[in-house]
Amino acid sequence: MNQAARTLAPLVLIAALLAVWEVACRSLQVPLYFLPPPSAIGRALVADWPVLLVSAWNTLAMALIALVVASLLSQALALIVGLSPIIESAVRPLAVVLQVTPVVAIAPLVVIWAGLDHADRAIVALAAVVAFFPIFSGAITGLKAADPDLERLFDLYGATRWQRLTRLRLPSAVPYLLEGHKVAAGLALIGAVVAEFVAGSGDAQGLAWRILEASHRMQTANMFAAIVVLGLMGAVLNAALQRLERAGLKWWRGR
Amino acid sequence: MSVAALRQVEVDYPRGRALGPFDLALAEGEIVALVGPSGCGKSTAMRLLAGLEAPTRGAVERTPGRGETAVVFQAPTLAPWRSARSNAALPLELAGVAASEAQARAGAALARVGLKGAEAARPAQLSGGMAMRVSLARALVTNPRLLLLDEPFAALDEITRRALADDVLALWAETRPAIVFVTHNVEEAVYMASRVVVMSRGPGRTMGEVAVSGALPRPEGFRTTEAFRAQVEAVSALLSKGMAA
Repeated sequence: MNQAARTLAPLVLIAALLAVWEVACRSLQVPLYFLPPPSAIGRALVADWPVLLVSAWNTLAMALIALVVASLLSQALALIVGLSPIIESAVRPLAVVLQVTPVVAIAPLVVIWAGLDHADRAIVALAAVVAFFPIFSGAITGLKAADPDLERLFDLYGATRWQRLTRLRLPSAVPYLLEGHKVAAGLALIGAVVAEFVAGSGDAQGLAWRILEASHRMQTANMFAAIVVLGLMGAVLNAALQRLERAGLKWWRGR
Repeated sequence: MSVAALRQVEVDYPRGRALGPFDLALAEGEIVALVGPSGCGKSTAMRLLAGLEAPTRGAVERTPGRGETAVVFQAPTLAPWRSARSNAALPLELAGVAASEAQARAGAALARVGLKGAEAARPAQLSGGMAMRVSLARALVTNPRLLLLDEPFAALDEITRRALADDVLALWAETRPAIVFVTHNVEEAVYMASRVVVMSRGPGRTMGEVAVSGALPRPEGFRTTEAFRAQVEAVSALLSKGMAA
């Protein structure tokens, strides 16, 4: 399969699905509030564009702040935990329980702690909780992923704990950290949207708010428009992260 | 005077005896090849000699100080994030040698193994043979008195193996460290070593020894001589006995 066909294939599929959708809506006379045709969604997209763009930025900003917070906290904690097997065995069950608890379930608590007037803080905190674990577990795994023969070499030359950490364990963890951040960024975006549904919005209204607002007014086409923007943003973020990961790996292993 | 010696060492692991009782004394500047069936404890013996492990019973005598023992493993075992030069400089860095001096000495070590011009390359950019040469340069950079080679050429093709075998002997001739060399390949053992120690099936004991005559490094055509063939036959016979034991 050549490159052009590879690029065109998904576009053709999307166009075909949209065409079927449009024709079905018109011929079956589906009510607009129930399922609007793509043309109506397109019109809503054009009309709402400025508002949607601001909301998308708000959601993205929250997700990225959450990612930074999660990145700093998880790596700092992983460093402490990863260096001591006793601390690790103490922390592990706790981490698992936290990880499997749905973020929606702890959202009301976080809203209270963040202050009812500070929905944005609650959103960042919840998104950060979701983004925490992939980086944390990646870091823990990565710190132990050094080549055992390289570890022996460090033993042989009498390396200090500090030398072993900075010259072996941390560099060995880099691919795991890159992977962890890639997964975490996607989760942070999902976390930011889910958290906004639960926590509501402060001054900075995100895409979740746009969806809720349109739903309360039965403006189904506008809901779809917000969902489309969300999906596009997710796809772009995912592509960007994949590129970043690849560039990071290239830098790490020189190829 | 021996550089290192194993005296009646035995090593027990939770799953059973891995080695011994086993004896091996290594004279200054000597090249000893260890051959034996898989799982006979050759690598365990190497770790004892390197001081990386202690025997369950028996004694290990070692005279080299810190940084005077070097190991080359079966895989090149290089840090992917470091250049060839930085990989070779690692033992010096760990010993606290100033960075500029470490880099200069690592560059010289790379030149000794024939990698001049490849200093900046990363391991992923090197062929298997070149990566093994970097590993060798890293082992030589401290001018060790004891060099332990644990099946270093096992993953390489025949032509590369032979070239590296000659290079190792040439390098040995420059500073004459004592070398212990583990291999599965009987011809390689005879070619490389002044003494071949054959081990029995695990837990390994000494099945016998063959002193290899002839000058080191080997002269051209050594592999085709009658003496070489005879010594290969002698080692093979011992090895068969060790498999059956």
